[in-house]
Amino acid sequence: MTVSPPIVEMRGIVKVFGDLVALDRVDLVVQEREIHALIGENGAGKSTLMNVLYGLYRPDAGTIALRGQEVRLRSPRDAIARGIGMIHQHFMLIPPLTVAENVVLGDERSGPMLSEGALAARVRDLEERFHITVDPTAKVEDIPLGLQQRVEILKVLYRGSDLLIFDEPTAVLTPQEVDELFVIVRKLRDEGKTVIFITHKLREVFAVTDRITVLRDGRNAGELETTSTNASEIARLMVGRDLKRPAARTPVPSSGPALEIRGLQAKSDRGAQALKGIDLTVNAGEILGIAGVGGNGQSELAECILGLREPTAGTILVGGADVAHDDPKRTRERGVAYVPEDRRAEGLVLAFSVADNFILGRQDTPPFSKRGVLDTDAIRANGDRLAKEFDVRPPNAGAIVGNLSGGNQQKVVLGRELTAQPKLIVVNQPTRGLDIGSTEYVWERLLEERARGSGVLLISSELDEIRALADRIAVMFEGRLVATLPAADAAEEQLGLLMAGHAEAASA
Amino acid sequence: MTWEMVVGASVFAAMLRLAAPIALAALGGTMTERSGVTNIALEGSMLVGCFFGVVAADRTHNVWIALAVALLAGMALAALHAYASITLRADQIVSGMALNILALGLTTYLDYQMYGTTGTPADLAAVPDLHLTFLNGIPYVGEAIADQNSIVWASLLLVVALQVFLFRTVLGLRWRAVGEHPRAAETVGVDVRRIRYAAVLASGALAALGGAYLSLGVVHSFTDGMTGGRGFIGLAAMIFGRWTPLGALAASLIFGYGNALSTSLQGATVGDTKLPVQLLGTLPYILTILAVAGFVGRSRAPAADGVPYETEGHA
Repeated sequence: MTVSPPIVEMRGIVKVFGDLVALDRVDLVVQEREIHALIGENGAGKSTLMNVLYGLYRPDAGTIALRGQEVRLRSPRDAIARGIGMIHQHFMLIPPLTVAENVVLGDERSGPMLSEGALAARVRDLEERFHITVDPTAKVEDIPLGLQQRVEILKVLYRGSDLLIFDEPTAVLTPQEVDELFVIVRKLRDEGKTVIFITHKLREVFAVTDRITVLRDGRNAGELETTSTNASEIARLMVGRDLKRPAARTPVPSSGPALEIRGLQAKSDRGAQALKGIDLTVNAGEILGIAGVGGNGQSELAECILGLREPTAGTILVGGADVAHDDPKRTRERGVAYVPEDRRAEGLVLAFSVADNFILGRQDTPPFSKRGVLDTDAIRANGDRLAKEFDVRPPNAGAIVGNLSGGNQQKVVLGRELTAQPKLIVVNQPTRGLDIGSTEYVWERLLEERARGSGVLLISSELDEIRALADRIAVMFEGRLVATLPAADAAEEQLGLLMAGHAEAASA
Repeated sequence: MTWEMVVGASVFAAMLRLAAPIALAALGGTMTERSGVTNIALEGSMLVGCFFGVVAADRTHNVWIALAVALLAGMALAALHAYASITLRADQIVSGMALNILALGLTTYLDYQMYGTTGTPADLAAVPDLHLTFLNGIPYVGEAIADQNSIVWASLLLVVALQVFLFRTVLGLRWRAVGEHPRAAETVGVDVRRIRYAAVLASGALAALGGAYLSLGVVHSFTDGMTGGRGFIGLAAMIFGRWTPLGALAASLIFGYGNALSTSLQGATVGDTKLPVQLLGTLPYILTILAVAGFVGRSRAPAADGVPYETEGHA
């Protein structure tokens, strides 16, 4: 038996952006018909390496061989022609078009005229071959994210790819959708495809991959067989040190409720009933986790508390006062802090410096301004102090926030929100897109706030995060809290079912 | 006031006449915005179409050459907008506004230089009317449509053709994809810039055809600023028509009808009261404001409309 050459063999890949060496002599070898994990922290070079393989970047040194044959990939078109397909993290789909139109776009294989029926039939054939189910005539904007991802997979299969690169594919999926994705990925392998799975979630590595390449700081940190390693070994290779465990939660003596919500109702931007009667209490010195798939009313809940959205019914008591109809300024004056879901759009002014972002919301109070004139010295001094205290890197308060990494941007948001010693902190997806180091930092800070006696309302679609931090867990589904459980009693499977709306199944 | 003044065949004929230039501008707007480029310089393209059509008709005495020149003039102005907004990624409103001012200044200046105070010649070659004599005997229909200008009919055909093009052809699919999510289109090999250039040029040609209709089809002369904002009304019709050619036509007909009414009701009375015609004349503009403000059904612009596109860096 002859050993066939690996489907991908990248050797000594170097990629430099200005002063930054993004990839430093990186090797990646992927065998035919395997599911290969490419794992590493944000900034480790995973995406850069895959962009080199996909023809988006040209390497400054190194060679790429596909099935033993050396190639030069000048553009994604080259890569596609050689059977490489990418399932992008941010879906490259066009919402108002149908599933079939999205699949064939750019390679329609018809005359100048299009026939919807013929397209749908062709896509159905493809679906049957790979056991992927999604209605070809549905509009992409009408189907959930899990199905949209299948459309991305179909797009790649339609173009005849043998090697499928999944770029952090589980970030937007529910636990059930993740399981379904794993089934599809295994089937693809059984049908003879090869899969590269980019991720930084260790659980996924063990659930679905055969072999693992670990990157750290643009270098190879290890190559492992999935069956002969364990989570802490991979984590150590990724981070370069042992991981800190979140401190054990000791009960904090409560001084009463920090937040009480009764019968809260509100509409979404589109006018749909987003909140259908929410009752919840967050005690001082407690973290209440709101679990749920994004889009079930979590963001509307946070916005109502902050005064960014007008509730249609119900009360929101903060320190005994109803803030349901207050504006954000008055709400914040009552000691409410907010870490929004989208830090780039809502948490920060990206074009402003770190120091200016630290004083947003307090720009009209001493010492930052006097009689309407900003005191730039005071702002800068405050910025330098907080940048140091919250470990913002680089520790330069004059840096433009838009140029910082996601983790450092989030530290700026936290720095601003936590310095006022809030009584209630509303955080929405606080570690989305952050690497392990930054995630650890954010978690520690939130636990410190809890220990200080602040109430924390933690909204997250990451079950790991909720389970690591929350004292109690409430599951949100279609505008309601379908269950509230002590964290210690909440099994992951049960939470998953609740998040998917199976309240009865979960209690059975 | 009589029914004749409101729904008579002459009112219908006037509606078509008045709607055609608006519809052509609206078609231009639909084509360019579907590809993701806003082009408010349609007004300018229309105006240069008016003027250079007249100049060419005066010099060559050939109406077809005059039409071709008008379209080229409209496309030339649109090409400047395309270069600014696609290649240079400039603000599309600023570029469009500047080109409108340029078009008004340029045509006014050249008009004065070439025709001075005497005005454009009276014997200009004109775009012919289409006399459908077989319809003459039919009541109403005969008067309503038998003697419309060729460009009116051309614009109706263009509406149908472009509706089919956008929604039933491969290129139309790519066109819409580029206007919704250019990065996604590019990752599957669609040439975003090429389609956007084609779209902006097409919009200039369509608007200029509307302009040539005004100067060579209707009044057979040029006067400064004679488009009178029809390019902008066309953009309103585009929104009103939800960025589809058929919708643009329907909206243009409503605007055209409003204009036709304000003429036919001139001096009409209800009982002893004179109808406030000037007020009726504002009807199309009030409709425009309502359309733009989104009161006429929810309409959604193409997602990438007006957003410059930057290709992912080939570092």
